[in-house]
Amino acid sequence: MPDKPDRNAIEVVNVSKIFGSGDGQVAALDTVSVSIRENEFFTLLGPSGCGKTTLLRLIAGFDFPTAGEILLYGQDIALLPPFKRPVNTVFQSYALFPHMTVADNIGFGLEMLGKPKAEIKARVAEMLKLVKMEALAGRRTSQISGGQQQRVALARALAPQPKVLLLDEPLSALDYKLRKEMQIELKRLQHETGITFIFVTHDQEEALTMSDRIAVMSSGKILQVGSPRDIYDRPAERFVADFIGESNFLKADVVGVSGGRATVKLSSGTEIPASLPDGFSPSGKVTIVVRPEHAQLGGASPSASLSGTVENIVYLGTDTHFHLRLAGGEPFIVRRQNSRGAGDGIVQGGQIGIMIGSDAAQVLKD
Amino acid sequence: MASNFSIKHQPGFTAIAATCFVVLYLPIIVLVAYAFNAANSTSEWGGFSMRWFQSAGQNVQVIDATLRSFQIGAVAAVLSTIFATMAALATTRTAPYPGLTFKYAAINQPLMVPEIVTGVALLIFFSRIKIFTGYSGLGYLIAAHTAFCIPFAYLPIRARLENMDLTLERAAADLYATPWKTFRRITLPLLWPGILAGLMLAFVISLDDVVITEFVKSGGQDTLPTYMLGQIRRGITPEINAISTAFLLLSVAIVTLFFFVSRKRD
Repeated sequence: MPDKPDRNAIEVVNVSKIFGSGDGQVAALDTVSVSIRENEFFTLLGPSGCGKTTLLRLIAGFDFPTAGEILLYGQDIALLPPFKRPVNTVFQSYALFPHMTVADNIGFGLEMLGKPKAEIKARVAEMLKLVKMEALAGRRTSQISGGQQQRVALARALAPQPKVLLLDEPLSALDYKLRKEMQIELKRLQHETGITFIFVTHDQEEALTMSDRIAVMSSGKILQVGSPRDIYDRPAERFVADFIGESNFLKADVVGVSGGRATVKLSSGTEIPASLPDGFSPSGKVTIVVRPEHAQLGGASPSASLSGTVENIVYLGTDTHFHLRLAGGEPFIVRRQNSRGAGDGIVQGGQIGIMIGSDAAQVLKD
Repeated sequence: MASNFSIKHQPGFTAIAATCFVVLYLPIIVLVAYAFNAANSTSEWGGFSMRWFQSAGQNVQVIDATLRSFQIGAVAAVLSTIFATMAALATTRTAPYPGLTFKYAAINQPLMVPEIVTGVALLIFFSRIKIFTGYSGLGYLIAAHTAFCIPFAYLPIRARLENMDLTLERAAADLYATPWKTFRRITLPLLWPGILAGLMLAFVISLDDVVITEFVKSGGQDTLPTYMLGQIRRGITPEINAISTAFLLLSVAIVTLFFFVSRKRD
């Protein structure tokens, strides 16, 4: 989004969170720093236990950092209790108040802020309309479906117009179809309200679909921050490449580095260009990553970067996966989109060439 | 096989169960039946009559003891429920820490220490205070009843709190509710069925107490159970059966109410 100003809504500066004491100490977050821009849809992505939920809880105020600062528009909020932070949360379990109606749930935040009754009523009506729940305003929250509860939870958190909205895996309890719908709905809500969203998920597809930027986390650290395309096309580390999408990892030797790109020599002896992670200047042996759809198959010609044996062909309707075994013994997968018509003559057990384009390979830091 | 195991199919099950029910309920049935006896005896039937209920209803001592029982029960139930609620909040709304088990034990002390021991201890303790202050009102009975009612009020309240989702309170705080407002608007309304259940249980327990009351009461402070005990020493008439029957009905009513209240879930 080109028109987004580069103002930071949240700045996390060298934040650590250590649980337990003595020998049982566990660092849930290890000196994490990240800036989240105003109006962006920012996703914290990682496997369970990576620290993403801990970071969200620190921003919400349900827990306090062991060290470091959390700035909200420049003001340190790290030690403020949750009710003093202009930040609202959509909980994984929704946490709707069971003894109140849908409308009372949505109005709760405004009521606590001491807003006049008329204003609360108007704002609740507006929110009900935004999430398309007007007809169910008077219902108890136990009388509505999971998807509807999800919408109420969103409306309740958006009603006080928070500076930042935190979403803790809010779609994980929904079935597949509803989840897809809500992904688009969330994107729309973020766009319409102009509120900064921080979304936590372990689902890479969800992250790629919805986010302006993604931070990939593992073991209490942020490994890489970037747009979905950056993260997917230019993973900086093996974990990122492995966690998001499918990857082919190849050993290579760096031959030369210039202008942020490297020339690497593959095991076959072919030299190919590869892009580098920001500010990384490698030498010697490195690992490179090639996405299965970024490589092409060809005859066993001398122009091919690599060659291998076809071990398995998996037809998936929209595309076909070719499972190859390289001359050096490593596995390699090529994905090719299908078109109608006859087959392409590639058979199991045959020798085949693999072409890696000039912008298909990425050097990893580890 | 294990999943198909049913105790009902064990030899002697029916006989044991039937014996238990007979032993439990037959004496009560006999007691209730003789409350309607026209004769002066609790063992010889002399026809149906309500005279013992009328006699009990007009007995000034019975009325006096009943009112005192209600008065002590009501005050002790309310006080013990307040203390129990506070104790339950303090023991569930915190991360477990060393010493928490000890606190559970301390709160539940009246369930473990024999009543007779508590009774004797309170008798000695309160008699010193009586001499010192000169006060000999119902306060001692109320204090004693409050103390032994606390664990009974505490158990349903704690059970309710433990089943309550902590995220709800977190959500309220997230939506700008101060801790006090979170308690008033979220915790208390959701806890209410547990508190009511605790209150009723405490009331029934207080009404029913004999041992501690017998030791703590001053002259002229008979509650209904201690009055009945005193009457039995002098020889029984069906009036005791009539009082017992009324008492039984009241207890059953309260416990039934307790069952419905504690079963209520949002």
